[in-house]
Amino acid sequence: MTTVKFTLNGKKVTLETDISRRFLDVLRNDLNQTGPKEGCGEGECGACAVLLDGHSVNSCLLPLAYVHNKEVMTIEGYAETERYKVLEEAFIHEGSVQCGICIPGMMIAAESLLNQNPNPSETSIRHSLSGNLCRCTGYNMIVKAIQRAAQRGKGLW
Amino acid sequence: MKDISKSVEKIDAKEKISGRMKYVSDYKMDDMLYAKTVRSTQCHAKIKAIHLPELPKGYYTVDYRDIPGENFVKMIFEDWPVFAEETVNYIGEPILLVVGKDKAVIQSIIRDITIDYEPLKPTFEYTKSEVHYHYTKGNPKPIFDKHNQHIEYTYKTGYQEQAYIEPQGFIAYLEGERIVLEGSIQAPYYVKNAVVNTMACEADAIRVIQTTVGGAFGGKEEFPSVMGCQLAVAVHKIKQPIKLIYEREEDMEVTTKRHPSKIVMTAAIDSNQKIAGLHARVALDGGAYVGLSSVVLSRAMIAATNAYTIDHLDIEGDVYRTHTVPNGAFRGFGAPQMIFAIEMFMHHIAHTLKIDPFAFRMNHLAKQGDLTSTSGTFRDPILMPEMIKKACDISNYHEKVKTYSDPKVRKGIGMSWFFHGCGFTGSGEAKHINAKVKLKKDDQDVVHLLIAAVDMGQGAKTTLMKVASHVLEIPLSQIRYANPDTDEVPDSGPTVASRTAMIVGGLVARASKQLKAKWAKGKEVVVYEQYQQPDYVKWDEETFTGDAYPAYSWGVNIVEVEVDKATYEVDVKKCWSVYDIGKSLDDLVVLGQADGGAAQGIAYGYLEVMNHKDGKIQQKNMTDYIIPTAVDMAQTETHFIENPFALGPYGAKGAGELTLVGGAPAVALAIEMAINKHITKIPVTPEFIMELMQNDDR
Ligand code: FES
Ligand code: FES
Repeated sequence: MTTVKFTLNGKKVTLETDISRRFLDVLRNDLNQTGPKEGCGEGECGACAVLLDGHSVNSCLLPLAYVHNKEVMTIEGYAETERYKVLEEAFIHEGSVQCGICIPGMMIAAESLLNQNPNPSETSIRHSLSGNLCRCTGYNMIVKAIQRAAQRGKGLW
Repeated sequence: MKDISKSVEKIDAKEKISGRMKYVSDYKMDDMLYAKTVRSTQCHAKIKAIHLPELPKGYYTVDYRDIPGENFVKMIFEDWPVFAEETVNYIGEPILLVVGKDKAVIQSIIRDITIDYEPLKPTFEYTKSEVHYHYTKGNPKPIFDKHNQHIEYTYKTGYQEQAYIEPQGFIAYLEGERIVLEGSIQAPYYVKNAVVNTMACEADAIRVIQTTVGGAFGGKEEFPSVMGCQLAVAVHKIKQPIKLIYEREEDMEVTTKRHPSKIVMTAAIDSNQKIAGLHARVALDGGAYVGLSSVVLSRAMIAATNAYTIDHLDIEGDVYRTHTVPNGAFRGFGAPQMIFAIEMFMHHIAHTLKIDPFAFRMNHLAKQGDLTSTSGTFRDPILMPEMIKKACDISNYHEKVKTYSDPKVRKGIGMSWFFHGCGFTGSGEAKHINAKVKLKKDDQDVVHLLIAAVDMGQGAKTTLMKVASHVLEIPLSQIRYANPDTDEVPDSGPTVASRTAMIVGGLVARASKQLKAKWAKGKEVVVYEQYQQPDYVKWDEETFTGDAYPAYSWGVNIVEVEVDKATYEVDVKKCWSVYDIGKSLDDLVVLGQADGGAAQGIAYGYLEVMNHKDGKIQQKNMTDYIIPTAVDMAQTETHFIENPFALGPYGAKGAGELTLVGGAPAVALAIEMAINKHITKIPVTPEFIMELMQNDDR
């Protein structure tokens, strides 16, 4: 048992637990954050993505120790932001959501991209989503939503 | 009244985007235990002994001896055991469950279990036929004798894995004496009926509730019945809530997949260079248990002539038993294999005859009033000529064919034409399903759709609620459609076979009409509707004669590719599609189906590789089994042509499977043009292209 401290969605968290545990399990089981999903458990699908200091990472590959002293944001926290609202509107407007299991991860990937590049080209959107698998949509309607959000959210990123 | 096709906000979008939507793996209960499956490591063997370690307190094993009823999973063909008894027939066959509180302890128990096997000789070839079907149309024998120019090709297709992003899962618990199963499923009543059979109990002792499904594509049609039966047995024995969620590797190795196939096509050509007669021999690899394979076979065979009319047919098919993972339902259900074969064959015949493939295909295109492959009638208008023209125009198809036919250009463009029968085959809807729907208006004047149809992302909730809202002329906010619970909803059938919009939607429309007539403000009103087969639909199951489907949806896909000269990587540039799905119930919903279907169909043709070695699936996870990413997926341009079907709600027909079945031949034909070699096998991987290029003949 070791003490791990980090910020989760703006609040300080201190945990006494085995630091080699997968961060995804800690989030889902200990911290009630079920927005991040387990699609593959091996870093391939992006369903478990969270923001770590603003960058999208796959929490299924992350040992808990790694988040010590870092800032973590899950989809639950991100859903409270202005930027989220712009992306949400765009995903609805473009019909980007089918089964939805990949969508929280897609939102995190979109935020991570727009944060670095508020004006991404279609190619850079596709590249930045290439770590997020979606089996339902064929991606195009998700790509369009991110383009729309970038347009409408000018100044937010 | 507003046009129903106009899109609305998808009913569950906000919950899904925000991560608030709960999927089965998000469920937790007090005293909940976990289960994990111990599986065969042998493809065919006798189980001689199972050595269990001493189990810590609170840990259990569950196997076939715990089954109160029958040890098979009730589906079409009754050969699939809940747990293996004396023999195992594929690698990954379930033998027992280990159940307990801590996953790590379960793992260590499993590590300590040893099983002694006596290996038996396995079969992996198409030798042991379990199901054989045969039908004819016209008089094929004399036609084949008369026209002695025969052209024959053999086509092969590989496995395809559904690869839904949410793995299979259930949670089960007791409610008094009753067993409740909640899970990620497409067919609540399939699970319920199978569990009733395995538990040898009364129907009302079992309750099945669908949890929000994170993708299914057929993969959650029959397979969940296997897990449901196992879990019901476990809960009955242990009497505590138990959760069973597959990990990706397990899901990939042991769940049903699209059947690999081998299809031999022979055509008799007449003096006008038309196909006078067609023979097709279809072989499907059923895997270790037949399950639904016979139904997949019949759909494949019925699709033998695809969108063409050929007067004389002799169509045969078999499901072969092999010592591999059982294959089963996957969006398209036999049609993708057959449509790949016939679309390639039409081109290969034209090449052999040295005539223009486009003109040759146009000469055979089915028209309204023609007889179908099974001698039924295409009753409704067929708009294919107009759809083909549109697809050619928007893609500049004919120009590109000219340019890309130059063998130095490594680009290609391929076009597929196809149809898909909507609903169950033949009299299936009336005889086997007999769908019922229930609508309840409560005393607050809120209308509840009580139907067993599952929204697995395809938008069933949004579209069916729109149907009710339009008929009743009330806002969507006054309508509820909860995930089906067999305690609340009648059996409106499984969510499969492109039947939900047309059949269940049609019933919802009728029930809404009835409710509108009986509407009494502030009072509870309940109405029911039941499926009635249109009188004109006649089907003989034995001989495969008559109307196989009440309606057909139609489509055209055009795919453009570029093949790298050095690596033979295929770059899919763009996909143009035109569809006739009757009438769209929501433009964005059907566009989503079109894009997703194209992604899966095209990838089936060139990208998705799955195979087995001595019965062991070689692709362990999403790293090995490649599905398209946002980078692989081409841009799409999709158009829908309205052609309302009289019996569908607002004219709607099926859309879910149609959009997948044409992808593989379109991409394969494009690659064929780019490399100037005949392609008779999918997936067309770079390795396969290399092989073809090293081969001199076309
Ligand atoms: S679950 Fe983490 S990447 Fe798939
Ligand atoms: S919406 Fe189903 S996996 Fe993306």
